[in-house]
Amino acid sequence: MVRQFAFATSALAVLAAVPALAQDAIDVKIGVLNDRSGIYSDISGEGSVIAARMAVEDFGAEEKGLNVEILSADHQNKPDVASTVTQQWIDEEGVNAIADVPTSSAALAINEIIRNEDAVFLNSGAATTELTGGACSPHTVHWTYDTYALAHGTGGAMVREGGDSWFFITADYAFGHQLENDTTAVIEEAGGEVVGSVRHPFPGSDFSSFLLQAQASGAKVIGLANAGGDTVNAITQASEFGITQAGQALAGLLMFVNDVHALSLETAQGLVLTESFYWDLNDDTRAWSERYMEEAGDMPSMVQAGVYGSVLHYLKAVEQVGSTNADEVVAAMKEMPTDDPLFGQGEVRADGRKMHDMYLFQVKTPEESEGDWDYYNLLATIPAEEAFRPLDEGGCSLVEEAAAGGAEEPAAEEEAEGEEAN
Amino acid sequence: MFELLGIPPQALFGQLLLGLINGAFYAMLSLGLAVIFGLLNIINFTHGAQYMMGAFVTWMLLNYFGIEYWYALVLAPLIVGATGIVIERLMISRLYHLDHLYGLLLTFGLALIIQGLFRNEYGISGMSYRPPELLAGGHNLGFMYLPNSRLWVIIASVVVCFGTWFVIEKTKLGAYLRAATENPTLVGAFGINVPRMITLTYGFGVALAAFAGVLAAPIYSVNPNMGESLIIVVFAVVVIGGMGSILGAIITGFGLGLVEGLTRVFYPEGSAVVIFVIMAIVLLIKPAGLFGRAA
Repeated sequence: MVRQFAFATSALAVLAAVPALAQDAIDVKIGVLNDRSGIYSDISGEGSVIAARMAVEDFGAEEKGLNVEILSADHQNKPDVASTVTQQWIDEEGVNAIADVPTSSAALAINEIIRNEDAVFLNSGAATTELTGGACSPHTVHWTYDTYALAHGTGGAMVREGGDSWFFITADYAFGHQLENDTTAVIEEAGGEVVGSVRHPFPGSDFSSFLLQAQASGAKVIGLANAGGDTVNAITQASEFGITQAGQALAGLLMFVNDVHALSLETAQGLVLTESFYWDLNDDTRAWSERYMEEAGDMPSMVQAGVYGSVLHYLKAVEQVGSTNADEVVAAMKEMPTDDPLFGQGEVRADGRKMHDMYLFQVKTPEESEGDWDYYNLLATIPAEEAFRPLDEGGCSLVEEAAAGGAEEPAAEEEAEGEEAN
Repeated sequence: MFELLGIPPQALFGQLLLGLINGAFYAMLSLGLAVIFGLLNIINFTHGAQYMMGAFVTWMLLNYFGIEYWYALVLAPLIVGATGIVIERLMISRLYHLDHLYGLLLTFGLALIIQGLFRNEYGISGMSYRPPELLAGGHNLGFMYLPNSRLWVIIASVVVCFGTWFVIEKTKLGAYLRAATENPTLVGAFGINVPRMITLTYGFGVALAAFAGVLAAPIYSVNPNMGESLIIVVFAVVVIGGMGSILGAIITGFGLGLVEGLTRVFYPEGSAVVIFVIMAIVLLIKPAGLFGRAA
């Protein structure tokens, strides 16, 4: 008993000494977890890993005393796989932050795991607003976009143009359902109506049946509440069945520059879409994207850009705090204004939402385009405050805590230390 | 206006026709599988990848060599079929004396490798293949607008399926094939080169998959995963039809396309599983499949 006690004390002493030694070099492990082989692998995949490495490089981690290691894994868009990898990374590899996670159902699962761990969730690729709403967590930062921004961007624009009756073709999982709900709210608020919807298995390949149902509904706009290869297939087949030619408009509620690349301008021209990043926005984005393209071979999607932005901001926070303690690092991320070449200046809100402008783009015609990847005309810039859901409407418990002031903070810190000792 | 099962009859006709078109793909793919399984006793898991290769070769022929769709219709199956022959000679032929399971593992592994290679080179978003002019338009049938490319799928697949069935069931060559399936040693004793026949049969089955891939190129986005999602369904079709039964594969292929098409109207969420539910029921009632003979 006595010997055990002695051993425990000396072990504690060694542990206590670690932070002092770590002043020289803080070990940071960031795991990029996303789809590396399925339908979201072009918008996230290896490109997100490259973006994360670029963030480490641009931050100058080594000179600033951070020893950063980037891991990567495939979550196959499955919540169970994502959970297993996350738990293993945290328990066995000592991963401090998990980045990307482009599938909403997987992101929500990881969000719950990381809530109770000493780790940070830097989500870039998922769309669900739940991450900063009812399911918000003190360890989660949601960077690139969400269903609210997409619904208000693309949905709002289509309704203003006179598209007041809608039919939805929706991917049958968390993301699709929420995108449909959020867009429905926007349509109804503007006085439009939703005449019907159909939920397709995810991922799907043949959309003709659903498109025919949409056509029969007589709706002015066919809203595609899906993403990646599903959207590409649906748009190709809509053109094959003469649906767009007959006057019904398509609204790809979540589209990436890679999707337009896959569709070719001939099929995609005229589509309106909402993104938070496009390589050809300004000198900074062009310079970064050229560098990225050299390594990746394609232009970056907004998800990959978001991985860069979130990892960069995370590293800044780790440097300021001087450790990888999740509570403190996320607090610092929310306190410090964000600033990077891709998203400009912004902030991380109390609910974990990263605030930046969103852009409404229209896909160019083949004649307008000056070459590969020259795909978008900018229609409008949506200011951050309009683009994202107001802070008090999300139902995130962190918002009230933040408003209540810092009185509870010491208690929270003690609790965290207690957990560490366990 | 009267309604049938809650939807207007026009809409129902349209949906049935679409189901039939999907069924055409199931029929062509399951036919190739059935032919291969019938003679080689190999469960060819590479089939989906070979279907994908058919679509990719079509795309490559147009984009790298400027060779049109109509030529690709012949060239792509020949090219992919030839790769199939190489695979059979180099690898599969070494496994005939072993359990089915080894052939399954080998072909499954090959499928993953082929998909991975294509994914590495072309990414996952896929390519668009511009249909030739003759297939670009469509016909208004009154109850729906039928694109020519889809009409062509039905015509081509019916011709190919019937042709295959005819060759195997009604010709002398088919009689050799069927005899070799029953007793390869005896057929060999009559002076027929059974190993070569087996190799060519595998090549033919693979070419059928590639042919389906060519038909798919103008319709679906050409991407490395296009066969992966399809192949599982096609295996279910083969099981329902009865392993190795040519006619069974064709009829269940078209039939299940129709069933799936109807599910997409009445309960779209279930359209991904309906075929597997049917498979489970058929296996419970007729374990050898609808058209299979009990071993």
